[in-house]
Amino acid sequence: MYQKSLVELAADLQKGTYSSEELTRACLQRISTHDERLNSFVTVTGAQALAAAQAADAVIKAGNAGPLTGIPFAHKDIFCTSGVKTSCGSRMLDNFIAPYDATVTEKLLEAGAVMIGKTNMDEFAMGSSNETSFYGPVRNPWDETTVPGGSSGGSAAAVAARLVPVSTGTDTGGSIRQPAALCGITGLKPTYGRVSRYGMIAFASSLDQGGPFARSAEDAAVMLGAMAGFDARDSTSVERPVDDYLAQLNEPLQGLRIGLPKEYFGEGLDAGVGDAVAAAIEEFKKLGATVTDITLPNTHLSVPAYYVVAPAECSSNLSRFDGVRFGHRADNPQDLQDLYTRSRGEGFGDEVKRRILVGTYALSAGYYDAYYLKAQQARHLIRDDFLQAFEQVDIIMGPTAPSVAFKLGAKADDPVSMYLSDIYTIAVNLAGLPAMSVPAGFSNGLPVGLQMIGNYFDEARLLNVGHQYQQVSDWHARSPQGFE
Amino acid sequence: MALDASDVEKIAHLARLGINADDIPGYARNLTDILAFVEQLNSVDTSGVEPLAHPFEAAQRLRPDEVTESNHREQFQQVAPETESGLYLVPQVIE
Repeated sequence: MYQKSLVELAADLQKGTYSSEELTRACLQRISTHDERLNSFVTVTGAQALAAAQAADAVIKAGNAGPLTGIPFAHKDIFCTSGVKTSCGSRMLDNFIAPYDATVTEKLLEAGAVMIGKTNMDEFAMGSSNETSFYGPVRNPWDETTVPGGSSGGSAAAVAARLVPVSTGTDTGGSIRQPAALCGITGLKPTYGRVSRYGMIAFASSLDQGGPFARSAEDAAVMLGAMAGFDARDSTSVERPVDDYLAQLNEPLQGLRIGLPKEYFGEGLDAGVGDAVAAAIEEFKKLGATVTDITLPNTHLSVPAYYVVAPAECSSNLSRFDGVRFGHRADNPQDLQDLYTRSRGEGFGDEVKRRILVGTYALSAGYYDAYYLKAQQARHLIRDDFLQAFEQVDIIMGPTAPSVAFKLGAKADDPVSMYLSDIYTIAVNLAGLPAMSVPAGFSNGLPVGLQMIGNYFDEARLLNVGHQYQQVSDWHARSPQGFE
Repeated sequence: MALDASDVEKIAHLARLGINADDIPGYARNLTDILAFVEQLNSVDTSGVEPLAHPFEAAQRLRPDEVTESNHREQFQQVAPETESGLYLVPQVIE
């Protein structure tokens, strides 16, 4: 049953082919067999999952099942889960048992989904390879010597290896789309404000957004439908009804206007990735779409602007970790200054420290205008590029990442080279747009992702376009060897 | 702009962030590289461009000034490193 999609599993559960308890036991068994190699889970919540599965079985028996009732999912360890360790991949929160549920947690549990565990991630979501985690790197199931991408590496690897049908992630600069691409699965970053950030540990608040990982656009549509919605507890949550993401999946693509930004196909793009993306675009032409070359002329500013805005906001957000109210506290502090300095010095890893330092510098007296203000101005230009493009086209397509999965350790000592692995994903966060990565072939035996960028709140169209592509391609149905 | 060890120490102090003396040269090099990289922003003229604080320029939502939360102090202090009588404990601040 582990090869089945969420939608197939839900149908089987409702028919009584097997119970949620049996399905949950099967997932737990797969995790215990295979996850030692992948390291995709920080915490497996077996007992809780079985209790939730039994409750779901009662709901199904009573005839009250929804599309997620009894479906196991893996939850990125950035979402607070009441009574369960919520580490954010950091030593700082290794001892943190969240006292409440994030809104996303609450919504998925209310929908009857069964949380099977919390997934490994780059520390505080800062990384593109899942190597900055306090709990060690996650390995890519397609080649265990390569990275799964990051920061939501554990959630992506767990779905790719078919340990769970679906999982959650968060995306600040590409942390859902890039690991989805590198692991050969579907991942969607919604419009800024579409999914509540309440209880989702903050990294860069003007960019952070939660979203789903799944094997297909159809499964992602079910997940997003449950995760999205207005939440008064998140001041950036958008008051707007949630679309029926399943209703539009089968719309034909005849007349769809696709834009290809020339900046996404230039220098730095791996040839094999470019070929796979070009082949995917040809499929859309066969489906009746028209393809236009467009330009996003300020694309080159996006990674530099991001590496001012994100560290600045992170240095501010992470100031809450002071060793006083929760999280790691240094032993025998001499005075208050020593308590702060050592608790933070011991609790945070290298990349987090680097970003706190960059952000603190960029926000310090005399530098604010030169860095943060300048970056926010560049952000305006980047956003306007997209608005202009969407006057001509319905959807923008290109590669999700410039290369396939790279070797573990390959970029660990060179932060700037690591940052450039998000070169095609970051502008979307700066502009607050929705975007999705779907599997679009292989290069050197490793998965390639096709990125689709939509206009604000156009998630239903992204899912429709992804679903139609998945009706004429089978890349999303491929799974790595060695996880039978 | 090149940052040296004393710059790194000063920034780390502002952030109340303990870093090992051995790591300071590495951070100085990384920070210099990152700042050199973000210098690319200066290649574009942004005079007259409004800084973008929110992608679709939404304003902060307001709500009526009413009590909506109950007191969760005991629950939240269960995860605190050290508390006494409902208070968080820190090293003595005033001699």
